[in-house]
Amino acid sequence: MPTRRVKIPATRYPVERFTLDNGLRVVLAPDRSAPVIGVAVVYDVGIRSEPEGRTGFAHLFEHLMFQGSENLEKLAHFRHVQGAGGTFNGSTHLDYTDYFETLPSNALERALFLEADRMRGPRLTEENLRNQVDVVKEEIRVNVLNRPYGGFPWLTLPPVMFDTFPNAHDGYGSFDDLESATVADATDFFRRYYASGNAVLSVGGDLDVAEATALIERHFGDVPARPAPARPDFTEPDLTVERRTSYTDALAPLPAVASAWRVPDPVGDFAAYLPYVVLAEVLTDGDASRLVERLVHTDRAVTSVGGYLGFMGDPFDVRDPTALLLQSHLPPGGDVDKVLRTVDEELDRLATDGLTDGELARTQARMATHLLRDTDAVLGRVLRMAVLEQQRGAPELLGELPRLVGEVTEEQVRAAAATLRPERRASVEVIPGGAR
Amino acid sequence: MSAPGPRSLPPLGPTRRLKLPRQAERTLDNGLTVIVVRRPAVPLVELRLWIPFGRAHLARGHLLAQTILSGTETMSSVQIAAELQKIGGGLAAGLDPDRLMFSGTGLATGLDRMLEILAEVLTGASYPAEWVGVERDRLVDGIQVARSQPAHLARTALLKRIYGRHPYAVQTPDPEQVRAVRPGALRSLHAQRVRPAGAVLVLVGDVRPERALDAAEKALGGWQGDGHRGDLPPAPPLAPGPLLLVDRPGSVQSSLRVALPAVPRTHPEHAALQLANLIFGGYFSSRWVENIREDKGYTYGPHSLVEHSVAGSVLVAAAEVATEVTGPALLETTYELGRLATVPPRPEELEQARQYALGTLQLGVSTQAGLASVVSAYAGSGLRLDFLPEHESRLAKASAEDVAEAAARYLAPARAVTVVLGDAERITPSLAALTPIETVPVPS
Repeated sequence: MPTRRVKIPATRYPVERFTLDNGLRVVLAPDRSAPVIGVAVVYDVGIRSEPEGRTGFAHLFEHLMFQGSENLEKLAHFRHVQGAGGTFNGSTHLDYTDYFETLPSNALERALFLEADRMRGPRLTEENLRNQVDVVKEEIRVNVLNRPYGGFPWLTLPPVMFDTFPNAHDGYGSFDDLESATVADATDFFRRYYASGNAVLSVGGDLDVAEATALIERHFGDVPARPAPARPDFTEPDLTVERRTSYTDALAPLPAVASAWRVPDPVGDFAAYLPYVVLAEVLTDGDASRLVERLVHTDRAVTSVGGYLGFMGDPFDVRDPTALLLQSHLPPGGDVDKVLRTVDEELDRLATDGLTDGELARTQARMATHLLRDTDAVLGRVLRMAVLEQQRGAPELLGELPRLVGEVTEEQVRAAAATLRPERRASVEVIPGGAR
Repeated sequence: MSAPGPRSLPPLGPTRRLKLPRQAERTLDNGLTVIVVRRPAVPLVELRLWIPFGRAHLARGHLLAQTILSGTETMSSVQIAAELQKIGGGLAAGLDPDRLMFSGTGLATGLDRMLEILAEVLTGASYPAEWVGVERDRLVDGIQVARSQPAHLARTALLKRIYGRHPYAVQTPDPEQVRAVRPGALRSLHAQRVRPAGAVLVLVGDVRPERALDAAEKALGGWQGDGHRGDLPPAPPLAPGPLLLVDRPGSVQSSLRVALPAVPRTHPEHAALQLANLIFGGYFSSRWVENIREDKGYTYGPHSLVEHSVAGSVLVAAAEVATEVTGPALLETTYELGRLATVPPRPEELEQARQYALGTLQLGVSTQAGLASVVSAYAGSGLRLDFLPEHESRLAKASAEDVAEAAARYLAPARAVTVVLGDAERITPSLAALTPIETVPVPS
């Protein structure tokens, strides 16, 4: 069958950027296709920045940012957003922490007020801290301790691959560290990292640029100016000898394994990085991908296999060092060594023989769909743009990604595959303790 | 710099009215209804197709959903996936107790091809023995993993407790039943049930509605055969009784589930019930969340939701709470339900819930995927998108009395069916202080 190459459509979101006198960077992305807006504030601090002895603190602090602020009592933030017909959340990542709302567009000024108020200062009290330590412990129990495969592999693989505390430690935190956290810790953390100069405000959707700009000046203009702290160097050398560990998961009924390989700097060397993003999809996107076809259907060695960039599945919003990950769940009695050998074999085959006719183009078309779909929601768009502004000063990159992904060549994908050697690999195996 | 005085919350601007997107609908000669909605924001199209599938054999139904894309006379599974990828597309099939559901997304320019491939699968899925074998093992493994998850185990126990002998009572097949399914049984089930009559196809995206209807008719007009409807009896009313405690030794949390009666979307009391549910536990700024999370720190993500199925609706409140506070968490839950069922909510509480319901209605239809889900779910209740403004006006009109009445009728703790999954040895004493308990072991 001849290869029909589908044209990857371009999208161009108009983007406005400016910086307030206090150093707050602002991104505006108007789109009047629906009467809704998205507002996001992203602070340049994440799991990698938390101090030793305070694992989980960046995430705990994210919770504290919802506990009242200069002009708002506890519970007021939630009630004001939801009482305007909106939804909210926040999330803590390796390199940043985001806070966001999506609302009907008549609530734009309200959302700006709420974000500005907590940028001036959250209410950090002993009572709120103890309450949120309890809530976070329940979050960890739900997501990690009380379920099979909890934290696999995002919490269990970094300590195998990395040696330094910022990259290797548990970002959810130990109960001991969480319980030891103090209000003074929180005050220091806020002063240091939640500075106007360390933040990006991103607003998108049904808005008028001039009007939104005036509202942003009004609410954020007098947030006290504080500069961004110097960002520490988190780099670590690549692996030269394979690393592998295993642990028993008392609740897991079946074996699993995840492997990671370091990849080029996603920000500093984007052109070298992008082929790895495409490679992960060539390997694992759907029944026509190489590893699914081989491992699931031909060999029946795994029940599922997935591949992605970044420990939190965040290809375009993480800084160096990061990794390409492959993870598999195995049938009862499955052979992990065999799975790892087969992956090596398939990577060799890809590096040596290249791709089949149309294999790259169809993968790129599918990636374009995923990228476009994520940006249809105004909130998805403002969040991505905020981080692209923060880490790259380039929010408009969002609209260019489908095209850039489509320009990755077969040679680049082969070369990327050739670097995923066993000696550069870190793996972690889950031994099922819950098999019945 | 002098400290500024207190700042006040800016008022909301004028409400922008909900504008319905352009849409078109056609029922084909074979009985398939096609609904197309235009939202050109990104150059994609969302596809949803559901086929009535009530009363289908559970293990065969689940394996059919997992293998229907595994090949046809002319295409292998890999070819189907690759052909879809070429147009940036993908299709997945799933099963619930009412329907077989396909969902997918692709580049809008590939719509014709996506429909062509879908049609080929619907009319010619061949269930190749080798692939069925692989997928059968994967389904068994998946069931085993699900059974190690507390949320799944709690759900399973709750469904059984709610539905008794109704077909909704068991929604996950036994591995042994799955292992017994042969390709021939899948082909028979397909021939009997994968039929256009009564099915609904929804397309949403950067498409021209009339042109998309034509494309759907061209691709799917040849899909023939009368459907076997598989009508379900109405779900039985909830039968309150002792709290069902499912013992999961060593559990570090307890999974608390409370089921309450509810009404379908079209019922005159539905809007008032929705508002009452929001005030109780249906959003973050609800009494239940503010109490057991923000005040007491017992839990991370409690939520309550009205679930609609063809044979009935039910309200389910769910929370994962720390083992040591399981009794106190149930106490607060019962308290909040009882308080709302017996004391009318304050006006500002109602207005806040109302604004949330109205606003999230707009947010829900502000994306292609959101629109597709709403249109497909509405069609499942026999409704169309024009019900959205109708529902909006019902929400706007519901009075405090309406909401108080709905709360008294549907949220009364005396009507609740409660299931707790947790470590019985540690949680029995405090639960037993509150209510009679019946304890069963976790199913193996």
